[in-house]
Amino acid sequence: MDLAGREVTRAAGPGPGDGGGARRGGVRGPAGRFALMAVPAAFFAVFFAYPVGAIVARGLRENGRWHLGRLPDVLGDPDIVGVLWFTLWQAAASTGLTLLLALPAAYVFARFDFPGKHLLRALVTVPFVMPTVVVGSAFLALLGRGGVLDGWWGVRLDTTVWAILLAHVFFNFAIVVRTVGGLWSQLDPRQEEAARVLGAGRLAAFRHVTLPALGPAVAAAALMVFLFTFTSFGVIQILGGPSYATLEVEIYRQTADFLDLPTAAVLSLVQLAAVASVLALHAWTVRRQETALRLVAPETTARRPRTPGERALLGGVLTVVAVLLLSPLAVLVERSFATPGGHGLGFYRALQESDGTFAVPPLEAVGNSLAYAAVATVIAVVVGGCAAAAVTRRAGPLVRGFDALLMLPLGTSAVTVGFGFLIALDSPPLDLRSSWILVPLAQALVGVPFVVRTMLPVLRAVDERLREAAAVLGASPLRAWREVDLPLVSRAVLVAAGFAFAVSLGEFGATVFIAGPDRPTLPVAVARLLGRAGETNYGQAMALSTILMAVCAAALLLLERVRKNQAGEF
Amino acid sequence: MLVLDDVTVRYGDRAAVDGVRLDVADHEIVSVLGPSGSGKSTLLRAVAGLQPVAAGRVLLGGRDLAGVPAHRRGLGLMFQDQQLFPHRDVGGNVAFGLRMHGVSRAAARERVASLLALVGLPGAERRAVAALSGGEQQRVALARALAPSPQLLMLDEPLGQLDRSLRERLVVELRQLFGRLGTTVLAVTHDQGEAFALADRVVVMREGRVAQTGTPAEVWERPADEFVARFLGFANVVRATVHGDVADTPWGKVGVSAAAGVPGERTLLIRPAGVRVGPPAGTGLGCEVVGRTFRGEHVVLVLRPESGPELEASVALREAPEVGERVGVGFEASEVVVLDSTPDGRAGGATGGTGS
Repeated sequence: MDLAGREVTRAAGPGPGDGGGARRGGVRGPAGRFALMAVPAAFFAVFFAYPVGAIVARGLRENGRWHLGRLPDVLGDPDIVGVLWFTLWQAAASTGLTLLLALPAAYVFARFDFPGKHLLRALVTVPFVMPTVVVGSAFLALLGRGGVLDGWWGVRLDTTVWAILLAHVFFNFAIVVRTVGGLWSQLDPRQEEAARVLGAGRLAAFRHVTLPALGPAVAAAALMVFLFTFTSFGVIQILGGPSYATLEVEIYRQTADFLDLPTAAVLSLVQLAAVASVLALHAWTVRRQETALRLVAPETTARRPRTPGERALLGGVLTVVAVLLLSPLAVLVERSFATPGGHGLGFYRALQESDGTFAVPPLEAVGNSLAYAAVATVIAVVVGGCAAAAVTRRAGPLVRGFDALLMLPLGTSAVTVGFGFLIALDSPPLDLRSSWILVPLAQALVGVPFVVRTMLPVLRAVDERLREAAAVLGASPLRAWREVDLPLVSRAVLVAAGFAFAVSLGEFGATVFIAGPDRPTLPVAVARLLGRAGETNYGQAMALSTILMAVCAAALLLLERVRKNQAGEF
Repeated sequence: MLVLDDVTVRYGDRAAVDGVRLDVADHEIVSVLGPSGSGKSTLLRAVAGLQPVAAGRVLLGGRDLAGVPAHRRGLGLMFQDQQLFPHRDVGGNVAFGLRMHGVSRAAARERVASLLALVGLPGAERRAVAALSGGEQQRVALARALAPSPQLLMLDEPLGQLDRSLRERLVVELRQLFGRLGTTVLAVTHDQGEAFALADRVVVMREGRVAQTGTPAEVWERPADEFVARFLGFANVVRATVHGDVADTPWGKVGVSAAAGVPGERTLLIRPAGVRVGPPAGTGLGCEVVGRTFRGEHVVLVLRPESGPELEASVALREAPEVGERVGVGFEASEVVVLDSTPDGRAGGATGGTGS
């Protein structure tokens, strides 16, 4: 039985019975649902809306009055217009390029069997949960000054837009492969065969049968990629140089370098508005996606490539994966061992000593990161779990709106959130400025959307009649929940926790503001090392990045084992 | 054992089950038969406590079940599509009800083994339910429902999704099994063959009401009304005026057996076997053969008479005319049934149904 089901109505209805099951007796009434919604609603109000609101107010409010006059000033500034334009077009270009390269891969992973497929699918996902800072440094090692390409052919791509675009493809490849490929592997190939028998050519069958079924998933993936690249921060910080800045980078500069809060506030609002409209679009496509599709087990749709064309396609995809996804990771690892005196563990040893950059040895960042991420994961799973349970039953626009709202932190300026934490949560009753809990709270904000997206499809797939079967066999409602719901959902909870953990581990934009100087996280330490000159610092950054990558990859490989063939949005 | 006393179940304004009365005696097998949408699954859900009853009472062994939640009713229910727990193996599914009732591990293991042997799957405890065929899943679902020894076992379309030969074999097996165990069974199905083969008594439902109750033979021999007759697959149903042992029909005068002949406006059923097909000349009703369906030992003909609606006739294969031929048709009084022969026209009193 396929419990993975994405948000597609399977024949989960009452069947050809007597119209009975269409109105299943809801276990939870509206009261229960609101109680479940209260936890995430309170969390988002206090730790998202309030800090973001505070920072906007700080910028645009003076003497108790709003000064919206700043809006046209800022938006009329040619530099800002340039930033806006660059943000927009690089996001569009990154999205297009990602689709171009990842859609064939989605097809190959969905329809072909080849040795090492499962391992490769896990590896392809590694970049997605990698901290953006590490992605940036990996590409720097590949394309930058003294990088591999520089060494071989004297080609340097850093500070060009190509480095940014390629890093974005690297980062978001997995979204397309997992979202589109997951659905593709469950589409019944016989649908296309039916079209062929009715006289459609191979291409026409694809266009009229597969593409319409796949369309919403492609749109959803494209929107996610657009969202992530539109708000890109770490990658651009490291690869963009002084010439390229996205809105998010500009917000950081205005906030941290120029202390121009009004401009930062306006830019935050612009970004929020842009992201909200993208999310509205996303919610709309997801809704359209909930049309009935006949899904089959993914194992039944894949086969060995047969024709030379198919083998060439497989070869091409594997080459792209190797060059684009695996080589930066490999180079990163290699650089971390390449000490001036030959390959060795010198940089790793240096991590254990503190020098001028840090009050503590950089290696302590590993422990900090793990501890922060663990706490953030617990928060994200509790908050996200409540939210997912609350929106499990399909309901009116209120619940759908709540669902979309949960995604908002993904696209909101992390810099704004981080700075907002500092400004807003510094007075009683919520004086958390010097508390360590600020970091995991900010990280959990990014983790919650992942938890919701992972758990929702599984919760929705639990058939009410399974609970009824348990009840008839003598299980009380509580017992039925423990015996039926919990075991079915526990795997999804684990997967959700894993993603939340990996995402928390890599969070940079907010953490960089709020992590205490004596308690840096891994990405913060990497960024600080990269920001300083000197070969040792660079090597140490590579070494720390390698450690971070190894932790993320280990978490992910573990997840791959747990999740098996479940399709999810991530 | 089970008594339904004027039970009504509502979905909003619509009554899916409307004032149903029904008795199931100890060790009896009762099949509720009806088209989809007739309320039969809802009836089971109401008895199981999965659907609230709007009016009337459900009594089990004399006890009113109102307010008793599903898990305390001590009933067995086999779901239409089994609803086996996907995260448990076969043994875990069968043992589920035993665990809920606090049966010790060792005793449960023993009972699971004997039940799996009973349903023809000995030693299947460790198998995954996803790896079972449709028929095997059905057997596991049956074993799971039987495990806690329910007072009453309810089956919702027990064989609905199986192929024909397997279904026919399982019906026989089930009947033997229930007879041996002395289980009281309430089953619902839309398949008359299944209902007739399985049940001691059949209850035909229509739009939430009981249309007829009786033994399989009674229902088949004397359908209570036009609806039941047509649901059982009879096509030759017309309005007629009965006087004495003759009825005036659109097909002319048709003899009826005097016993059934209550005079007046009646609905008449002529069984296909009672339509005699002969050469076109002579006294019979002239017809053209417009359809011919091969059914193995006999052939079903669709005949278009000079007057009146089309007729169905069942004839031996050797004697069957071809499509397009003209034939003469006569009727056999013994195969003619006057349906609504009781004054109220419902739930045929002549069939002697219980509780209708």
